[in-house]
Amino acid sequence: MGALLTVFRKEFLENLRDRRTLFSALLFGPLFGPLLFGAMVTRMLDQNSFAADQSLQLTVSGGERAPGLAQFLRSHGVKLRLTNLSEEAARAAVTQGREDVVLIVPAEYPERFAAGRPAPVLLVADSSDTQNRKSAERARAILASYGGGIAQQRLQLRGLDPLLTVPVAVNDVDVATPTGRAVAILGFMTYFVLFALLMGGLYLAIDSTAGERERGSLEALLSLPVPRTTLVGGKILATCAYMGLSLGVTLAAFVVVFHFVPLERLGMSANLGVGTALSLFAICLPFVPLGAALMTFVASFTRSYREAQTYLTIVLLVPTLPIAFASIYSLKTRSSLMLVPSLSQHLLMTSVLRAEPIGALDLGVATFSCLVLAALLIALTARHWRRETMLG
Amino acid sequence: MIEAERLNKRFGAVHAARDISFVAHDGEITGLLGANGAGKSTALRMLYGVLTPDSGRAIVDGHDIAGETSLARAHLGVLPHASGLYANLTARENIAYFGALQGLGRERIEARCEELSALLEMHEFLDRRAKGFSQGQRIKVALARALVHDPRNLILDEPTNGLDVMAIRNLREMLAGLRDAGRCILFSSHVMQEVAALCDRVVVIGAGRVLADATPGEIRERTGAASLESAFLQVLGSAEGVG
Repeated sequence: MGALLTVFRKEFLENLRDRRTLFSALLFGPLFGPLLFGAMVTRMLDQNSFAADQSLQLTVSGGERAPGLAQFLRSHGVKLRLTNLSEEAARAAVTQGREDVVLIVPAEYPERFAAGRPAPVLLVADSSDTQNRKSAERARAILASYGGGIAQQRLQLRGLDPLLTVPVAVNDVDVATPTGRAVAILGFMTYFVLFALLMGGLYLAIDSTAGERERGSLEALLSLPVPRTTLVGGKILATCAYMGLSLGVTLAAFVVVFHFVPLERLGMSANLGVGTALSLFAICLPFVPLGAALMTFVASFTRSYREAQTYLTIVLLVPTLPIAFASIYSLKTRSSLMLVPSLSQHLLMTSVLRAEPIGALDLGVATFSCLVLAALLIALTARHWRRETMLG
Repeated sequence: MIEAERLNKRFGAVHAARDISFVAHDGEITGLLGANGAGKSTALRMLYGVLTPDSGRAIVDGHDIAGETSLARAHLGVLPHASGLYANLTARENIAYFGALQGLGRERIEARCEELSALLEMHEFLDRRAKGFSQGQRIKVALARALVHDPRNLILDEPTNGLDVMAIRNLREMLAGLRDAGRCILFSSHVMQEVAALCDRVVVIGAGRVLADATPGEIRERTGAASLESAFLQVLGSAEGVG
């Protein structure tokens, strides 16, 4: 026990003095996710609300030929800017982004309108631009409603029931909930948490194994009267400590970021408060020893720092796989899925973020499977350390 | 006392150690002499127990390194061929880490650090981080690390590699001092002059075998050579004929 703590303390202290470790464990890893996430969510929300709240701007060419239409548009909150552009000029202006959406009323419009013939208007827009497409859709909807109104008036003037033109009435029932839409976003967030957690221990896992060998201190260490299991245990314990710290910083950063992001519009519990953060911490905690053992195990087989870095970068991606599967197949929380580490953390964290209750059994199974796998990996790592090939 | 009893080790097709037997006595410096790749490191690594022999035994102060590993190692200080330090720890912390892993208490470690610092003249850099130490400074710290628990036996694998003349001389004086204090010292080298200058006993190794085990004087007598250098060359030459 004494030797275990000695190894732990030394690894902890040594890496505390290493700027690269500190940067990746306590700064880059933990803050990258929350900041990117906050920026992403804010931008998404901004775009949606921007479109809905802002009044539509429409550039109209030849508006004087259709005073009724112009009046209708104005009364529906559209801001008109009257100009006089040819079709070519309008196309060029929209292509180059000088104009958003341009409505052209051609010369034949008044005559055909008066004769009760379809009167053409041109709507010049760029559907490859999301914002522009939305504006065009709104313009089209208002134009259609103008057309519908005129049609009704004409039918009434001729003594016909306007309802004759509506043989089928379609009512949309949209069952999409904000929660459903938020799943992809939650997947991102939970992955960031797991990513930061692993990043926290990455350099220590490398430094205490491949680094130890590359520095040439390994053989002296292995010739001490300390069981290899103890050496491995102390190193993994130190890696765990950094991962725990990193996890804490990440969650704290998420709490701060979410304070400024109107999450309830994504169907998550309105605030990621301290209580929620603590629940998330508890859910992720069993994943810490597993990640530490996995990274130490992989790094133990590598010959050099550089090689270890290459392999561990792949390990960083491992937790994404189950999460990706979860979003592709829209997996819901099930006890059997709790056996899969990272997926179980993802599902449990998602539940907590949606303020759904989580089952004690699910939490137990998730924790248990992580710990069992961690113990297995620690044993395998220790076995490798007892081999002669460990000397390199 | 360090005893090698018919140690054998194969790495695939390479027979790196064949029936290696010798004894390194207390109060003596024993030199393991051989060309690069002769099997010196393999033999030493079996003696300090990081390699397991295919057959044979390695015994330190009567304790079998395979059966009583911890006990044997507690009597053994090791300076392996690669003796890197932890760059982010100070010299003192490097030494203290090994002291703690040897099971020494805090006060004992402190006392040993001071003693070794005086012995190896490390005052100047004792509390500096090991990053940027010269090769000579690194060897001193690594040696202090190996000696922290005041072992009765010391194994050094090519300790003079990369040292300048001055540092080599200091090391020699240090090892002579330890011998005079009754310690058992076993070190390997491929430099003949070094072995000749320092050793009470020479074990010559070639192609994984012990070719000679005697005092430098005896080797000279046996071969009838005028200088130790030609005597060694004769020993090594006859081995190549054999092997």
